[in-house]
Amino acid sequence: MKEKILEIIGNYNKDKTRLLDMLHDIQNVIGYVDDESILILNQELKISISEIKEVISFYHFYSNEPMGKVNIYLNNSVTSEMHGRGAVLDAFEKECNVTEGSVSADGLFGLFPTSCIGMNDQEPAAIINGKIFTRLTPYRVHEIVKSLGNGIKIEDLIYEGDGGGRNSLPEIHSMVCNNIRRRGALLTHDYKFFDTTNNLLSEKSPQEVIQIVEDSNIRGRGGAGFPTGIKWKFGRKAEGEHKVIICNADEGEPGTFKDRVILTEFPEMVFEGMVIAAYSVGADIGLLYLRYEYKYLLNYLNGILDKMRDKHLLGNNIDGIEAFNFDIRIQLGAGAYICGEESALIESLEGKRGEPRDKPPFPVEKGYLNYPTIVNNVETLASIPKILTKGADWFVGLGDKASTGTKILSISGDCNYPGIYEVEWGTSIKDVLDMCGAFNIQAVQVGGPSGALIGSKDFGRNLSYTDLPTGGSIIIFGEQRNLLSDVVMNFMEFFIEESCGSCSTCRNMPAVLKKRFTKILDGKGVQSDIDDLINWSELLKVSRCGLGQTAANPITTSINNFRHLYDRLIQPGIEFDTGFCLEDSVKDSCSAVGRQPTLHHM
Amino acid sequence: MNNTIKFKIDAKEIVAEKGKTVLEAARDNGVYIPTLCNFPGVPPKGGCRMCTIKINNRFMTSCTTPAAAGMEIESNTSEISNLRKGIVELLFVSGNHFCPSCEKSGNCELQALAYKYQMMVPKYPYSFPQKDIDASSPKLIKDQNRCVLCQRCMKTIKTDKGERYFSFSKRGSELEVIMDPTLCESMTDEVAQLAMDNCPVGSILKKDIGFVEPIGTRKYDKEPIGTDIDG
Repeated sequence: MKEKILEIIGNYNKDKTRLLDMLHDIQNVIGYVDDESILILNQELKISISEIKEVISFYHFYSNEPMGKVNIYLNNSVTSEMHGRGAVLDAFEKECNVTEGSVSADGLFGLFPTSCIGMNDQEPAAIINGKIFTRLTPYRVHEIVKSLGNGIKIEDLIYEGDGGGRNSLPEIHSMVCNNIRRRGALLTHDYKFFDTTNNLLSEKSPQEVIQIVEDSNIRGRGGAGFPTGIKWKFGRKAEGEHKVIICNADEGEPGTFKDRVILTEFPEMVFEGMVIAAYSVGADIGLLYLRYEYKYLLNYLNGILDKMRDKHLLGNNIDGIEAFNFDIRIQLGAGAYICGEESALIESLEGKRGEPRDKPPFPVEKGYLNYPTIVNNVETLASIPKILTKGADWFVGLGDKASTGTKILSISGDCNYPGIYEVEWGTSIKDVLDMCGAFNIQAVQVGGPSGALIGSKDFGRNLSYTDLPTGGSIIIFGEQRNLLSDVVMNFMEFFIEESCGSCSTCRNMPAVLKKRFTKILDGKGVQSDIDDLINWSELLKVSRCGLGQTAANPITTSINNFRHLYDRLIQPGIEFDTGFCLEDSVKDSCSAVGRQPTLHHM
Repeated sequence: MNNTIKFKIDAKEIVAEKGKTVLEAARDNGVYIPTLCNFPGVPPKGGCRMCTIKINNRFMTSCTTPAAAGMEIESNTSEISNLRKGIVELLFVSGNHFCPSCEKSGNCELQALAYKYQMMVPKYPYSFPQKDIDASSPKLIKDQNRCVLCQRCMKTIKTDKGERYFSFSKRGSELEVIMDPTLCESMTDEVAQLAMDNCPVGSILKKDIGFVEPIGTRKYDKEPIGTDIDG
């Protein structure tokens, strides 16, 4: 085995910035990253054992302990819960004889919860040995586990058939469905792939290309909304031995899955967007950071890059332009929401824990390996080729003044037709609900847990960078849902699970808030508890990155828009309640000594 | 060319060398901004958020922000003092800090900051987390109860080859700083002492020796934290 591990390390030239790849490969061979491999990594890479373990323990999909032969990662997003996760989990636990979060005694099955895997329109979904299974039911669980027991391979277990579109290609062969319900400027098939690179790029200077992008007024589609043209202009001006274009395909905001669909159906446009970006800023290194959950697309995407190399769309002197040298490598992530934050993503690309960096310096000055780096979202990059062929005016004609173009929404939850909807910016929430067949709606989560939970009084508001901004996640909750105990609680648990922990406020405050929130849910709340939640949330605003700064949003926006739900739970006429329960507090010691105390205060 | 810049912290004019951070410039000018994770000589990480200031209505950490001419910075306002106090309280309730019995009492920066911000009882509920104590190293005790995850030990205690004795483990609310079992096995007394001294709290303690200096006569027993700068 030692030779095999040495070979893996050698495959990456003992380059410690490729630690993530080495860990993936080792885990593929052994099933987990064992201490012997860590020792070999320690000797070969000259980094201490604990520094290697530090990386392993950061990412959800690495393990330093033996895993099951079959490992099931069952999505625990709120939509999964709404569509029967509980029953599916029970079925897995029963069929596999394992409790969630552990490996079965016979070592056959590992069953673990995992944060949103980007399948919110086809929940409950799970990743089983890297393969995606969607729309799970207890019956399907029974069938899958039985078949696996009979030695049938995971690949042959997709009785539903392939998901359609390019999901049916042999390179993907997945039951995941695209569910494209509405096509607009970007998703319409009216562009000949690589047309811009083949016919336009050699005629335009980098500055001219940047000017068109700037004139189009396109802003970052990942959620932050920074103007892309300006970012590229900074990148052009920045000086460095190398420059880097990164495509952020780590969409982890619960409820968003549009990048998955773009990467399935339009990866050519994404990669071409990267080529155009590279030409504009003068970059030679290209990286696409693909979230681990989308590993099933990896071979397919690499195949497209190979074809591009064959056609001289990547490599040296691209499109015959002298000294325009650029290539793209896909880096697979390993399960961490925070890596969607651009500086955390860069840390992860360097083979480290995905902890956000302090800004300044911004990545455009010092990014990947300290080179000037542009990080753009999948959807942003996919928009670029069409903007160049059709012109900035065409793009500005779509959407509204501050928010040009279209936005691809990932819609899930309580509606008839969950899926992908491309709409122009400026579309109202009411129109969105009508579009997807949503009736008797209590609330809509716009922009995922880090966005806002809004009620009917706000349904007339528009999706826009100046009104309701969104990276695209729209989760709909019908009247039957318990917003506080089911939705807000799920989101708070998500933030607690996904905090990197390196800054003190984000590491600690969400748990404090959850505790006080739970007190209210338990019927022990008083009026001042609601005020506490509002006031304490303020501290999160000094957190280092967007995750921490928005981690209280589920609570604060639900208090703002659904105050009556909180008020209803508050004990009337009582000003103070510690929430302390003596019986609960002595439960452990009672069971240890085997007798019950006489509680005199009762 | 003139190599100095001028800017303001709470209306006080600061004159600083170009290239300094706001924190460094403030200290050079006798303005105390509280810190916990910051350590001279190693790159700042903005982890504890104690040195939060406000520039153009935005919260920034002064340890990571380069000073620039003309900046108008808020630091010692009631809003920011409340936030800093909140951070101290949050650290207290998220760990298990028993000052009266702690070897670092009087030398502890967290305790000193709690005094400075006049913390009586934290406004947040205590979480009393279950934490481990690792005494496997021959020289050191690593008590997770008292760790504030500042990373100082990670950044300052390294071998000649640059390998770290201390590393993070896990993430989020489960985050811990752990000792490297192999490296800590062969740690020298000098390195162990440095690790203990660089820890702002009582999470890294040297074995076999303690309470040499009586509580009551220690650094922050004599004067409040920061007075060496603005006192």
